[in-house]
Amino acid sequence: MSETKVKDPRTDNRSSSNDKSEIGPTMSGSDILVAALERENVDTIFAYPGGASMELHQALTRSDKIRVILPRHEQGGAFAAEGYARASGRPGVCMATSGPGATNLVTGIADAFMDSIPMVAITGQVPQAMIGKGAFQETDFFGMTLPIVKHSFLITDIADIPRVVKEAFHIATTGRPGPVIIDLPKNIQQAKAQPVFPKSVHIRGYNPVKHASDLALNEIVGLIEKSERPVLYVGGGIISGNAHEELRELVRLTGIPVTSTIMGCGALSETDPLSLRWLGMHGAAFANWAVSGEFKKEIDSEGQVRVTEIHPGADLLLAFGVRFDDRVTGKVDKFCEKGTIVHVDIDESEHNKNRKVQLPVVSDVKYALGRLVEMFKKRPIQAKFDAWHRRIVDWKERGAFRYSVNEEVMRSQHMRDHLQGMEDQVILPQMAIDMLYELTQGEAIVTTGVGQHQMWAGQYYKSPEPRRLLTSAGLGAMGFGYPAALGAKVACPDRQVVDIDGDGSFLMNIQELATAHIEKIAAKAIVLNNQHLGMVVQWEDRFYKGNRGNTYLGDPDNMEAIYPDYVAMAKGFNVPCERVMFRKDLKAAIQRMLDSDQPYVLDVIVPYTEHVLPFIPAAHTVADMIIS
Amino acid sequence: MRHTISVLVENKFGVLTRIAGLFSGRGFNIDTLNVAPTHEDNASRMTIVTQGDDATLIQIVRQLNKLPEVLEVQDFREHLYVDRELVMIRVKTDSKSRSEIMQITDIFRAKIIDVHPESVTIEITGAEGKIAKFIDLMETFGIETLTRTGTVALPRA
Repeated sequence: MSETKVKDPRTDNRSSSNDKSEIGPTMSGSDILVAALERENVDTIFAYPGGASMELHQALTRSDKIRVILPRHEQGGAFAAEGYARASGRPGVCMATSGPGATNLVTGIADAFMDSIPMVAITGQVPQAMIGKGAFQETDFFGMTLPIVKHSFLITDIADIPRVVKEAFHIATTGRPGPVIIDLPKNIQQAKAQPVFPKSVHIRGYNPVKHASDLALNEIVGLIEKSERPVLYVGGGIISGNAHEELRELVRLTGIPVTSTIMGCGALSETDPLSLRWLGMHGAAFANWAVSGEFKKEIDSEGQVRVTEIHPGADLLLAFGVRFDDRVTGKVDKFCEKGTIVHVDIDESEHNKNRKVQLPVVSDVKYALGRLVEMFKKRPIQAKFDAWHRRIVDWKERGAFRYSVNEEVMRSQHMRDHLQGMEDQVILPQMAIDMLYELTQGEAIVTTGVGQHQMWAGQYYKSPEPRRLLTSAGLGAMGFGYPAALGAKVACPDRQVVDIDGDGSFLMNIQELATAHIEKIAAKAIVLNNQHLGMVVQWEDRFYKGNRGNTYLGDPDNMEAIYPDYVAMAKGFNVPCERVMFRKDLKAAIQRMLDSDQPYVLDVIVPYTEHVLPFIPAAHTVADMIIS
Repeated sequence: MRHTISVLVENKFGVLTRIAGLFSGRGFNIDTLNVAPTHEDNASRMTIVTQGDDATLIQIVRQLNKLPEVLEVQDFREHLYVDRELVMIRVKTDSKSRSEIMQITDIFRAKIIDVHPESVTIEITGAEGKIAKFIDLMETFGIETLTRTGTVALPRA
C-alpha cells in the first residue's frame, strides 16, 4: 500500500495572512531558492557543489545578482561566510551538498553559534524518497546540527521555500544573531511550482525586540552616581547590536572606563585613554585589575599562601552584551567579587548563567545605551571619578603589554637551528604584529587562527573601530584565519585584510590559497611560524614540565629545515610567498605584502619559547596572574 | 528539586527533539513527558516532569523560551497547579481475587475497562500519591503490565 501524506491545513496558516505577497512565474525549487536569496539582498555565497546541491549551482549560474565563490573545502566556505558576516554585519551565506559536504560545514556553524554570528547555511539533501534509507551521501543534517544552530529548517514542500528563506534570514539577523540552516531535498529542488514570496515575517514564538524599562535604566543611573570605581565590561553584543556609537557617547558623558571581551574589541577605540583593552586569561593586566582588584600573593615561612589586596577593583561593573565566558572570568565567583554587577543583554538565558549578578536587565544594548545617554544628557552626571582615573593611569603604565628577547630565547633550540651567528636578528612574534600595526596605522581588518598568535594579535593590533579583529573566540576553531580573511576581503574590498596566523592553524585551511588566487581575493597572511603548536607548548611548559605531546610540527629528522615549506606550497597555488628569518628584513617584507594587489603570504620564522603574557591559568583568579 | 514544566509549542516536526535536546545536552533526565494537541490550531502542549537544581532548570526554561517554535513556558514549582496522570494497569486475577480487586477499584474511583478469565485491565486517573498507592495495592495481586501517560498539569485558575 502506498503512503499518501495529506498536508495538514493547520501547518500552513501563514501564507494566507501575507496579503502583500508577490507571486512569481512557475519555476524549479532551486530557482525559487535563488530568487528568495536575491530578495534577501544576498550578493555573495560561498558554495561547494555536489550531487545533492548541483541543481542549486545550476540555478545560481542564472543569477546575475549573486556571486558564487568556490572554496576548496566546505569548512573554508563556512569560515569565509563568517568572515563576511563579521566584517560587514550582513548575514554570511554558505552552501554545501548533503552528507560529507554538510558535515564539513559543522565546525563553521558551531563557530557562528558560539560567537553569535548571523549566518545562513544551505545544504542539499538526498531526495525525500531516499531519506532514512542510508542513501549515498545521506546524513540527518537537521538532527546533527540541533545543538549548534539558532534555528533550522528541513523543507518538505516546495511551497514553503520562499517563507523558509525569509524566516531564516530574519531569525539569523535579529535578536541575538546566530546560524540558521536550510536543508533542501533534491527532489524539491527539481520540482516546479509557482512561488509566493511573502513580504513580511510572522513567527508566533519569536519576538526579538526587547527594551529595558526606564525603571531599570534609572536604577543603573543611580548605581553609577553612587559608585566610585565603575567599569563598563562590553562584548560582542555591542558589535552585533551596532551600539558602539551609543557606548562611546555614554563614555564621553560619564568618564567610565571600558574593558571589552575579545569579541568586543573596537567597541571603544583601544587607543582611547579610557580604554582598558580586553580582559581575561591573556587580557591586559590593567583590565583584570580594574575589574577584580590588584592583589599580592605571598607564601610565608610556614608555606601558607597569603593574598592581600593592594588596590580594590570596580565597585560597579556594567556588563553589556557579554556572557561571562570562563576565559574572561577565571574562577567565576572571584570575578569582580566585591562589586555590584549590572548585566544588560538581549538574551535572558545569559543572566545568572555563569555569574550571579545583582541587576539583570533584558534589553537590546543599543536601546539601553541610547536611553542612558539621553538620561545623562538631561541630568548630567554628578559623580566624579578622578581618583579612579588616576589609579587606571598608574595601572596602565605598570601593566602595559611588553616583550623582550630574553635568555630563554637566546638559549633555545630555535637559535641553534635557525639563527646561528645571527642571534641579534631574531624576530619575536609580537614584533611582527607591532610592525604590521605600525605600517597599516591600525587600519587593517585582522583575522586570526587560534592559539598564541591569536592572543598576540589581540594584544598588539589595537582595534580603533568595531569589526576590525575577526577571531574565533568562543569555539576557538583553528583554521579560521585565512578563509575568514577571504570573506572579510570580499565584504570590504577596499580595506587591507591580513590574517595573522600560526603555522598550525594556517595549515588547517591552506587549500583556500587556491580560492584566493582563482577568485582574485587579495587577502594577506602573516604566518608566525614557530614550528610548534605554541599555545599547547606553553601549557606543557607551565603545567607538564615541558614534556612534548605531539606539539612539534616540524620534521624531527631534519630540524634545521623549516617544515613544511610554505614558500614552495604557495608557489604551487601561484600565490606569492616570502620567508622572513631576520629582523632586518621584516619591515620591507611586510611592506611588500601590503603593497601587493594579490593574495600574499609571509612566512615569518619565530622562536617557540615565547609565552603569551599576562596569563591567568584556567579557573584561577587575578591574584594568580603571571605577568612576567 | 522536582519541576513540572508546561510548554506550548507549534506543532512542527523536530520540536520534540529540539526540546528533549535541551535536557539531554545538560545531562538531565526527563521523568515523564506528555505531548498532545490542544484546542488551538497548530499548537501542542508538552508537560515535562524533571528533577534538577534550580539554576539549571531556570536555564532550561529560558532556553526553551528562545526556541522560535515555543509559544509559552510555565514552570510549576509553587504547587499552584493541578496535575493528573492516567494509568492503565493489567492485573492477574482468578475467581477468588476478582471481587477484591473490583472493590479496591471502586474505592479509588478507578474503572475496569477489560476483563479476561485471568486478568483485568483497570484505568485510573489521579494525582501522584493516589496512583502510587493504587499501584502498591495491585502489586499484591501481581501486575502483568502497566502504561501511564505521565503527568499533565494546568495552573489553577
